Amino acid sequence: MSTVVDKNPARRASSLQQARLPGWAPYALVVVSVALGAGIGTALGMGNPFQMGLLAALVFIIASYALGAVVEGSRQARNRLATSLVWVCFLLAVVPLLSLIWETVDRGRTVLDGYFLSHSMEGVQTILPGGGAYHAIIGTLEQVGLAALIAVPIGLLTAIYLVEYGRGRLAKAVTFFVDVMTGIPSIVAGLFILSFWIIILGFSYSGFAGAMALAILMMPIVVRSTEEMLKLVPDELREASLALGVPKWRTILKVVLPTAIGGITTGVMLAVARIAGESAPIVLLVFGATGINNNPFEGAQSSLPYYIYEQWQLGNEASFNRAWAAALVLIAFVMILNLVARGIARWKAPKSGR
Amino acid sequence: MAKRIDVSGLTAYYGSHKAIEDISMTVEPRSVTAFIGPSGCGKSTFLRTLNRMHEVTPGGRVEGKVMLDDENLYGSGVDPVSVRRTVGMVFQRPNPFPTMSIFENVAAGLKLNGSYKKNELEGVVEKSLKGANLWNEVKDRLNKPGAGLSGGQQQRLCIARAIAVEPDVLLMDEPCSALDPISTLAIEDLIGELKERFTIVIVTHNMQQAARVSDRTAFFNLAGVGQPGKLIEIDETERIFSNPSVQATEDYISGRFG
Repeated sequence: MSTVVDKNPARRASSLQQARLPGWAPYALVVVSVALGAGIGTALGMGNPFQMGLLAALVFIIASYALGAVVEGSRQARNRLATSLVWVCFLLAVVPLLSLIWETVDRGRTVLDGYFLSHSMEGVQTILPGGGAYHAIIGTLEQVGLAALIAVPIGLLTAIYLVEYGRGRLAKAVTFFVDVMTGIPSIVAGLFILSFWIIILGFSYSGFAGAMALAILMMPIVVRSTEEMLKLVPDELREASLALGVPKWRTILKVVLPTAIGGITTGVMLAVARIAGESAPIVLLVFGATGINNNPFEGAQSSLPYYIYEQWQLGNEASFNRAWAAALVLIAFVMILNLVARGIARWKAPKSGR
Repeated sequence: MAKRIDVSGLTAYYGSHKAIEDISMTVEPRSVTAFIGPSGCGKSTFLRTLNRMHEVTPGGRVEGKVMLDDENLYGSGVDPVSVRRTVGMVFQRPNPFPTMSIFENVAAGLKLNGSYKKNELEGVVEKSLKGANLWNEVKDRLNKPGAGLSGGQQQRLCIARAIAVEPDVLLMDEPCSALDPISTLAIEDLIGELKERFTIVIVTHNMQQAARVSDRTAFFNLAGVGQPGKLIEIDETERIFSNPSVQATEDYISGRFG
């Protein structure tokens, strides 16, 4: 067929070739659209660089599509449209994150030092510089640790039940309630413990009460992530173990869990990170304190999110600085936890090296 | 050691679906019995009923009797876990435990059951790996992960793992279908050696393989899609491949259908 149709070799060569924009075109477009965005923004009297950025992004998307459509044809134009949209969305997601980290580090480091990390607010005049977040750090560590001690075993066992044993109605009901629990606002969890533990049972404010509310928030996350990780373990491994005459519970303990342990650890750490920033249940149940209280089972404690809230409310320069420093400590805590989780996941991941 | 399996009137279900119906046969000790037949005829299902792995599948249940010498595997009060220690299994796809080293994989059966002495373990692992013809290839890297071996080596590792617990019977579910011809040859040679010690049942889609390795061959077939699979005949391998007594067997073997 082709011998009949294509008499001109030059035209045949071009049937796979199309006009392409040069490789530097997108970069040039970025420069042009940023310049245009800034120009138009200034002309319209926008003072805000973020608005100008959005304008530039819009110009970039439209220009990529238009240029692609004119030079390269409609399919390539759609490709360029999608690519530029992905990049713009990526920037939209990253810019606030970077700006948040920048802001926190920039403002937090003014008072963040060894003194801040090792002293409480006991006897510190709130309008003066000085004082620290030691009591809040202790509170957060203890409350989050206790919450993890409660939530991780229950969540792990629930997930094992759902994946390995659960059939029929009970499993469906458990899944449903785990889903419902995922959606519980933290203030509601706090109110529940408040009415149950403090008002009905008559206990007093304590870090432990806060930990119970945090555990309620943590449990569904642990269940969900563990469930997904256990489902990823191939059935062949379970069968291989069962066929060796290993009882089911031992198979789960020695084969299934070790295979999934990396993912499970990551899930638990993410759940910990999630609850470490909760302040609502702490306000209700732990009450907040300015002094050091090492005992989470008795008396009021503080915690980092609560400390930030408290210092911010005081509304003076010194307390703002302390709030920012505590925010930096909290971010660092969560980030370290994430790094540890990744390390464990990599260390424990099933090995395949030769 | 090697035991005789006597199956009578065995029917297996997946939920309400009847997968195999009314199968009766005898598997001789110290010999290789091959199951052949088209896909979906219930060979694997039947194999899995022989060590009570069938009921691991949700909805799986079994009626009938499987006698291992003089014990009914489906008798009341029989623990499936102890059945599986007596009747080992090798699967279609090599499935070494990814978190364990070569050594730990072979020792897994003993270790996970908790019934071992530490100084015996090394001897058992070496003996099993030698039994699976893998010792020379892996003796210098017993602490490397089992998943790093080639497919054929992994399958022999799985065989070593299965024979390490000293079962009486070894069931193999298409053990070579994921392997290249050279690895297949290695496994087939191994099967020839293992039958001195074990009763071996092997499911295979490869009729030449059945002819090469087995002493007796059973042909399974099903009347149609959704119908339960049935045992058509079981006989000496030579007779099945030269002069079967049922027309359907001859048609299948000579490639006249399917």
